Amino acid sequence: MSDLASDLSTQPVAPPPLGTKGFFRWAWRQLTSMRTALILLVILAIASIPGSVLPQQGLDPVRVNEWIVNNPTSGPILKRFGFFDVYASPWFAAIYLLLFISLIGCILPRSFAHARVLRAKPPVAPRNLTRLPRSTEVSSEQSADMVIDSAERVFRAKRWRVRRGEDEGGQWIAAEKGYWRETGNLVFHIALIILLIGVGYGSLWGWKGNVIVVSGKGFSDTLTQYDVWGGGRLVSATDLPPFSFTLTDFTADFERGEAQRGAARFFEGKLTVRDTPGAVPYDTTIGVNEPLSVDGAKVFLVGHGYAPHVIVRDTTGSVVFDDTVPFLPQDGSFTSTGVVKVPDATPQIGIQGLFLPTAALDAVLGPHSTFPAPDDPALFMSAWVGDLGLNSGKTQSVYRLDTTQMNLIGRKALRPGETWDLPEGLGSVEFVGFTRWASLQIAHDPGQGIALVAVTFAIFGLLLSLFVKRRRMWVRARPTETGSTVVAAGLARGDDERLESLVNDVATAAASGWRKG
Amino acid sequence: MTEDMGLAQLSLLIVYLSMAIITMAMVSFAISLAGTRTSKLAARDRVPALVGSVGETEPATAPDSELVSEVPKGRRAANVGMSLTWLAFAMLLVAVVMRGIWAGRVPWGNMYEFSITSALGVLGAFLIFSLFREIRWLGIYVTTVVLLTLGLAVKVLYTEAAQLVPALKSYWLLIHVSAAVICGGAFTIAAGITIAYLIQDRRLRRTPEGAEPPASRLPSAERLELLNYKILTFAFPLWTFAVVSGAIWAESAWGRYWGWDPKETWAFITWVIYAAYLHARTTAGWRGRRAAWISLVGFLAFLINYFGVNLFVQGLHSYKGF
Ligand code: HEM
Repeated sequence: MSDLASDLSTQPVAPPPLGTKGFFRWAWRQLTSMRTALILLVILAIASIPGSVLPQQGLDPVRVNEWIVNNPTSGPILKRFGFFDVYASPWFAAIYLLLFISLIGCILPRSFAHARVLRAKPPVAPRNLTRLPRSTEVSSEQSADMVIDSAERVFRAKRWRVRRGEDEGGQWIAAEKGYWRETGNLVFHIALIILLIGVGYGSLWGWKGNVIVVSGKGFSDTLTQYDVWGGGRLVSATDLPPFSFTLTDFTADFERGEAQRGAARFFEGKLTVRDTPGAVPYDTTIGVNEPLSVDGAKVFLVGHGYAPHVIVRDTTGSVVFDDTVPFLPQDGSFTSTGVVKVPDATPQIGIQGLFLPTAALDAVLGPHSTFPAPDDPALFMSAWVGDLGLNSGKTQSVYRLDTTQMNLIGRKALRPGETWDLPEGLGSVEFVGFTRWASLQIAHDPGQGIALVAVTFAIFGLLLSLFVKRRRMWVRARPTETGSTVVAAGLARGDDERLESLVNDVATAAASGWRKG
Repeated sequence: MTEDMGLAQLSLLIVYLSMAIITMAMVSFAISLAGTRTSKLAARDRVPALVGSVGETEPATAPDSELVSEVPKGRRAANVGMSLTWLAFAMLLVAVVMRGIWAGRVPWGNMYEFSITSALGVLGAFLIFSLFREIRWLGIYVTTVVLLTLGLAVKVLYTEAAQLVPALKSYWLLIHVSAAVICGGAFTIAAGITIAYLIQDRRLRRTPEGAEPPASRLPSAERLELLNYKILTFAFPLWTFAVVSGAIWAESAWGRYWGWDPKETWAFITWVIYAAYLHARTTAGWRGRRAAWISLVGFLAFLINYFGVNLFVQGLHSYKGF
């Protein structure tokens, strides 16, 4: 019978033959069989599960460490086998690479076969049409010739590809339709391969960095300006596009109703951007879901916080520090912590601060914020003097104070505009006010466009593959005394509920001399 | 928000009322099943055989007479059940729309709203499908699932949540969530049909060779299998689209289109399992029972994504705690 009816996969699983060449051929055939694809898909699904249950390095490294500390026996073993970075682990890669090798091995021969079919005529009518699963026989008053003519008109009106012939069994016509089904299926599977290429390309040549920019300050796209930066294997720092921008303003709004009180409602940053160092600057805004595209990179707003403005004067009263310092939010109400380091004072001064947008004191919680908006801001401080340890050669976090060589000299809470005279005439700290900062993620993913085009093709291919019906039909007409006997038969790929009625329709139409209009 | 709770309260009230109607529909469907005495609830397609496309012949409409004459009682109850289900659907639609008007946005800001919208999706999928196929026998399953979902929504998940967090403010939300909700409805219906298929298949396998299979109120195993396939061929591309639109949205909100966040991971797992089902269906030895089980596992993955990830796993998509 024709290849339409014989399933690709119905061949029984034969044992491996002897001999190396035979064995490889056998192994390849196994790998590219439908059953293997099926099993690999199931394995891929199962292999994806642990990454959603265990904390993952890329998403939450802190929880990964916690997990390992809490599970001293299983933790290290799981880590060893990549369970905390499942989607980058070798065994996960092995599964999807096998799947894609299987896919390529499956697509290549099918594409060639399909290319041949596309150019071929519909196959010759089988001798005995009534043996096909769907067939019907009617008698007609018209001659065999006319019947086949009518059948041809019917098929052509419906854009079937047709072929006529004659043999001992009489005249026949073969018709075929639905080539888009296989085309769509191939497009779908090829698009999956291209999608994988796009993803891989993006991860090799893409990069991503995070930076906190205080309102009023600028950023230029060089490696040193980032707080965190990571690039694919094939990216170097010189590949960064040379844009720069200033965050001129940042606004944030929070829910004040009872339900979801304090939840973020609206963020917006205003930027002045220069595409290249000499270019004319332009103004734009950035928000959640509204990234800025600049020179192949995209700037996303991922977080925000407060930056108190502090002026520190030394013993003589001259200003040794005057700047806004980003504080990191610790909870949903933006209780924020940060550090001011004043290396230019003698002795050096370090301040650990707690910025509270809406300040409250509580016996249990201590000073904390009760609402994220700055309704009643306050800055709680502990001042230290001594050696900041900046010359020790160790890199220090700007958010941590190393107090090993320092002495605590006092604590104080200030409202905006207030000044604290440090004890023993060591100077003063003025809390001028505050501004906001925005945390930005700047990313470049050159594979994204490829991936988007690939999935678009995949979806359209899939629709064709699932909804186009591939059908073949034949009509034979044999002359009788009163006219002719008409036999029509059809064959479809997969299930086809309509085939039977189609066969009947064609038989009737052909027998009754159908013509258009 | 408190000053203007009227519309939200009314919406909730209508949800409760629709639950009452669905309960009545459920009873009707139960009566209908109990009242079907014959073995030949053949469940023919009500659609005329789609002819006339080629040739000018009359459509060969299948006579429904064996149903009409033999099972009047069960049929009437099923019809009552269907009418009640339409009514409940309309009411729930009103409730969801009102909720949206009250909140001034799409009503998908939290788990409560997701749940009532999904219940609407399941009812909608069932009703629309019932226009093309005889699937009233599935009514008992659909009403049970919807009632459970709504019960969970009003009892456990109810919130007076107000606005959306900024990440959810995107027209991709509209597209992504509508696609996902429609898929949810279709997957749920398909799972019901698959369970029926497995029951029928078991019955067949228990029948000694050559004997007539025992009487059944469900369509034949063959029909059910095909029905399941039809629904999943509709749902699979739509799910693909839902995942892709989610990725596009994630790209604009978080700066990456795919990050293996638990929700994304389970959407992927669901997709892969349904793809495996489609392959199983064309693989010798897997078609039928094994493929059916795979599609049920796909539905399980969908449920885990829907409930499990929102409620128990930490990630960008958790709406819990509102
Ligand atoms: C990368 C993972 C894969 C996915 C997500 C996938 C998905 C799909 C989908 C959705 C269909 C449509 C099913 C239908 O027409 O009913 C399909 C069909 C098909 N797939 Fe795949 N596939 C994958 C890998 C493979 C591999 C590795 C092979 C080769 C062994 C393969 C061979 C086929 C064939 C031959 C069909 C046509 C079935 C038919 O309609 O008769 N696929 N695939």
